[in-house]
Amino acid sequence: MKPAPFEYHRPADVAEALDMLAGLEEAKVLAGGQSLVPLMNFRLATPAHLVDISRLAELRHVDVTERGVVVGASITHAELMGHEAANEACPLLGRALRFVAHEVVRNRGTTCGSLAHADPSGELTAVLALLGGEVTLASQSGERTVGAADFFVGYLQSACGDEELVTSALFPRLGEGSRSTFVEVARRHGDYAMCGAAAAVEVAGDGTIAAARLAYISMAPGPVVIDVGEVVQGRAPADVDLAGMYDLVSSVVDPRDDIHASANYRRHLAGVLAGRAITEAAA
Amino acid sequence: MSAEPTSEVTLRVNGQPRSLRIPHRRLLSDALRHDLGLTGTHVGCEHGVCGCCTVLIDGSPQRSCLVFAVAADDRDITTVEGLAGADGELHPVQQAFSECHALQCGFCTPGFLMVAASLLVREPDPDDDTITEAIAGNLCRCTGYVNIRSAVRRAAELSAAISGKG
Amino acid sequence: MFGERVPRREDRRLVTGAGTFTDDLGHDALAVAIVRSDYAHARIVSIDTAAARAMDGVVAVVTHADLPGRIADPLPLLIPHPNLTEPRTQYALAPDTVHYSGEAVAMVLARDRYVAEDAAGLVDVDYEPLPAVVGIDAALGTDVVHEDMVDNIGAVHGETVGDVDAALADAPHVLELDFDIERSCGSALEGRAVHARWDAPDRRLRVYSSTQAPTSVRFAIANIVGLADEDVEVIAPDVGGGFGTKINHPWPEEILVPWAAMTHGVEVKYTEDRAEHFVASTHERAQRHHVRVGFDDEGRILGLDVSFVHDHGAYTPYGLICPIITTTQLPGPYKLGAYRCRFRSVYTTTVPVTPYRGAARPQAVFVMERTMDRVAAHLGLDRLEVRRRNLIQPDEFPYDLHMTFQDGRPTIYDSGNYPELLERCRVLVDWDGFAARKAAAAAEGRRLGIGFGCYVEGTGVGPYEGGHIRVETTGRVQVATGLSSQGQGHETVFAQIVADELGVPFDSVDVVTGDTRRFPYAVGTFASRAAVMSGNAIAEAARAVRHKALRIAADALEASVDDLHIVDGTVEVRGTPARAIPLTQVAVLSNPLRYSFSVEARAATQFAAVADPDRPPVPDGEEPGLEARAWYSPVRSTFASGAHAAEVEVDVATAEVRILRYCVVHDCGRIINPMIVEGQIHGGVAQGIAGALYERMAYDEDGNLQNASFMDFLMPYCTEVPAIEIDHMETPSPLNPLGIKGAGEAGVIPVPAVLAAAIEDAEGYPVVRMPLGPSDIHDLRVANGVATRPAEPAARRSDVPG
Repeated sequence: MKPAPFEYHRPADVAEALDMLAGLEEAKVLAGGQSLVPLMNFRLATPAHLVDISRLAELRHVDVTERGVVVGASITHAELMGHEAANEACPLLGRALRFVAHEVVRNRGTTCGSLAHADPSGELTAVLALLGGEVTLASQSGERTVGAADFFVGYLQSACGDEELVTSALFPRLGEGSRSTFVEVARRHGDYAMCGAAAAVEVAGDGTIAAARLAYISMAPGPVVIDVGEVVQGRAPADVDLAGMYDLVSSVVDPRDDIHASANYRRHLAGVLAGRAITEAAA
Repeated sequence: MSAEPTSEVTLRVNGQPRSLRIPHRRLLSDALRHDLGLTGTHVGCEHGVCGCCTVLIDGSPQRSCLVFAVAADDRDITTVEGLAGADGELHPVQQAFSECHALQCGFCTPGFLMVAASLLVREPDPDDDTITEAIAGNLCRCTGYVNIRSAVRRAAELSAAISGKG
Repeated sequence: MFGERVPRREDRRLVTGAGTFTDDLGHDALAVAIVRSDYAHARIVSIDTAAARAMDGVVAVVTHADLPGRIADPLPLLIPHPNLTEPRTQYALAPDTVHYSGEAVAMVLARDRYVAEDAAGLVDVDYEPLPAVVGIDAALGTDVVHEDMVDNIGAVHGETVGDVDAALADAPHVLELDFDIERSCGSALEGRAVHARWDAPDRRLRVYSSTQAPTSVRFAIANIVGLADEDVEVIAPDVGGGFGTKINHPWPEEILVPWAAMTHGVEVKYTEDRAEHFVASTHERAQRHHVRVGFDDEGRILGLDVSFVHDHGAYTPYGLICPIITTTQLPGPYKLGAYRCRFRSVYTTTVPVTPYRGAARPQAVFVMERTMDRVAAHLGLDRLEVRRRNLIQPDEFPYDLHMTFQDGRPTIYDSGNYPELLERCRVLVDWDGFAARKAAAAAEGRRLGIGFGCYVEGTGVGPYEGGHIRVETTGRVQVATGLSSQGQGHETVFAQIVADELGVPFDSVDVVTGDTRRFPYAVGTFASRAAVMSGNAIAEAARAVRHKALRIAADALEASVDDLHIVDGTVEVRGTPARAIPLTQVAVLSNPLRYSFSVEARAATQFAAVADPDRPPVPDGEEPGLEARAWYSPVRSTFASGAHAAEVEVDVATAEVRILRYCVVHDCGRIINPMIVEGQIHGGVAQGIAGALYERMAYDEDGNLQNASFMDFLMPYCTEVPAIEIDHMETPSPLNPLGIKGAGEAGVIPVPAVLAAAIEDAEGYPVVRMPLGPSDIHDLRVANGVATRPAEPAARRSDVPG
């Protein structure tokens, strides 16, 4: 399957990239291409122009700040996974990234690209949502920041406009005493998840759980954030009410059938993974 | 002749600079195979799942079916044809795959070889989990993977022997 | 070298990227793209190719109306059968009606594949949709796939042995069971591909195709495009997997591409892409079975009555081979009392069905082995014990099943030792110790299960294969056979045979397979037959060459043939190695010459050679050259067998299946290269696991395939395939001189049965269909009232005071 014809552009800097996005009709941003190029090869996407940002030095940065980890748009999943300081500041990143496809795809696919692609099964969408992160968008008219809650608009639709470029994403640190993890069930290792969850647990000084939240992928067009605090608060991690969490989560999520999993099974997985995620995070 | 946009690019393939004028949409896999005649890189799916087309770009294993040749301009590309020595001596991964009968039809093999070769550069002595993670993104229909795992372990042994650490 | 783990000759070129797969050829060739139907069933109202033809870089756009002569006819029915009363085959390009989504409607010929696909997108086909017929229920309903038929029944056939109705009426116990297998496909990593070159001055056509049957493709092309056989060459170069799919021929493209090459006088190539392979090659496996089994208190089967429906898709190019194999292989290693198996083979508006590795044996074994398990469960007996009581015994060979096999000959098992097979497998997997392992796991809240399955496989199907061997004056030994290779290591195993039979160094032997220029008569690579058929033919040819070499050497050395042997390519007098003549010299002497073209050749010229003036230089019945051709044509197939067992864990909450151990005991008679046989078993088991747990063709009710990509057709990665433990045993075949049986499909055949049994053992409810994914298992748990989560201690519930 060969892609339809298009014109390729490699801007020298972000400003030029933004000019291109504003000036060219039917232009799409090419970063790692691991989501976009398969669609183009199937001719499900036929942009007339591609603007390649993968070599822009301005976008190739990982900054670890007080707030959290800022990931530039041309940083690959592999680079982020290998960034020690980033993973120390935000362990959930590494935990989630190991479920993103396979190593070879992570070598070229970008984290910001994943966010912009807004696939409901994209692990990073749940991470951003759980952490309350934000995405910075640039265009000729300037820069704006969109919070996770508003960034994932629909199925494969993000808040990024046609003339905008995602320049970076912020993954905030969790509070002191917080622990996190990512769990997932997929048909094959590396496949899109039938259900996946990012979990953040706040453990109090006495070792009991003070707060707990989950963010799910593959349950809806965008990530679904669920606060399970009321069920687990005050409990020791080994003593968590798994059935209660199962009931809460499976009553909130409303997944669809597809050829790999029935809605009932997905809902069941959501309940099961709630327990596994919280237990694993708190351990 | 053709209305679609073309560009001249230079790909440094297996150490040799190769210049091409190609349409922008030309996939790197096709440019390597048909414009440069390096048919060792194979195409199994063109959607980035099977791994047959894996090459090294600046030493990093990537799916050449998901890269436009123009986007690889001025990059170092290593294909399976670049693994053996100039005198024809097989690379340890090539030697090991044959010793361990880790190939049958040979169609997926170049992709596995590139992944294995680059793994051993990063991890000269990989444990089983590391090997699994490295090869987990390549499909094989013939071998059932059993001998492929053995081959990667054997390649590590051969590499170590060569570099005198054995 | 017979029996040695010899590394493969093929490897060097394959690991260095120097193999030649069909798409590696013809960088400057014109490229073909095929316009395919988007509808499962529709009338073609019109096809507008104007915009496509006008596109820059497009050479031609062809529809059925443009096809001349026999190219416009339906493609051949490869294997007719008297009970296939309603056969149908497709056209190279559909003339007026399409019967499956993916069917070829038009051909675009362009500068390259990119442009060809652009143009294909501009071909405007106006369809009038007709009712889709998807699945066996729909096939048995009122909507008809082929307009000139009254229903969708293509064939009704079966076999009857004894009086099964009487047997069931008298049986102390009778069970009725239903089993269902879904459709799957072979999915080789290299899709189909064809490259054709027309040599105008010589009026010869050369075609490369990624096929399992090059000799037959040649005859088909010659016949259909109207050339003499002699003017068509077909070569199967390196082929990236076949798995049965590529035995089907001629594909539309195998006719259209050569015809395009002839018409335009240029090289033309077609390379199928992955999305096309799912809808333009073939599928297999979909069958629905109903079983009545009668047995006594000991579990001995008194009667087995099976009726099934086989979904053969929109066309029947390969006839009834698949359901015939199910019918004749279903009894497996058992003595069944009375047996009847009947089937209806039905049309659906889906991709046509032709054999895929195992060729409908997996379905047969699923039915037989699941039935055995049910019998055991009903009587409260051990599953292996029940089987043991029904096995054909080692002293009962040859064992006649009184049925007609897929080769048209009696189904007679030649040799085997099924009790030992079962016993070895029992020991390998530690069947007896499983109860304790299961209990220990249950105490930890884990669900473990064990499954077993065994089978008998007819291999080495005829009618024949041939081999040709020629010893060159350089010492190279050139070997050719007509069937082809897709990774089985033929260049190595056949060289091993020749090295042994002829006494030459292994490295001096060059084997060519699948090239009609080198060997024109063959049947093909399928049905686990290549080693048996070509192996024996080549062995016979080697013996003939050896015999001739010894005669010529005997003359030259003035010795008796009985005193000579060949060691490392030299003919020596036994005990006196100094009296010797190398085969290179024998080759020279075998060809009496008038002209010398080399120093070596001088020895054979008319004045130099030792000549008997009263004998002609080439005596009656002799031929020049140190070469021979021989054939192997068995009276019937030879039967391999195997037993597999697996231990699985099914996750209590997520219902994911993890295979903890997979054990194979395998009997393919004498083994030429154990390394290669093990590789075949590994690959077969992986495909079996794939078919049991991951792969299916997900058609919607409109006949659209929803998973035509590797993203959604779940071919396993290494993470889904466990370690595979293998034990060999050998019951040589008495039917051929080498004593070998086939091994290519062994790994895949019983796997779905084994895994279904293991999952059922773990879960406690009947498992009667494959494949099964975690979602299916979860739904079965709910339906059967089995817990879907681990039990929780009450104290952990937040609504209970703690």
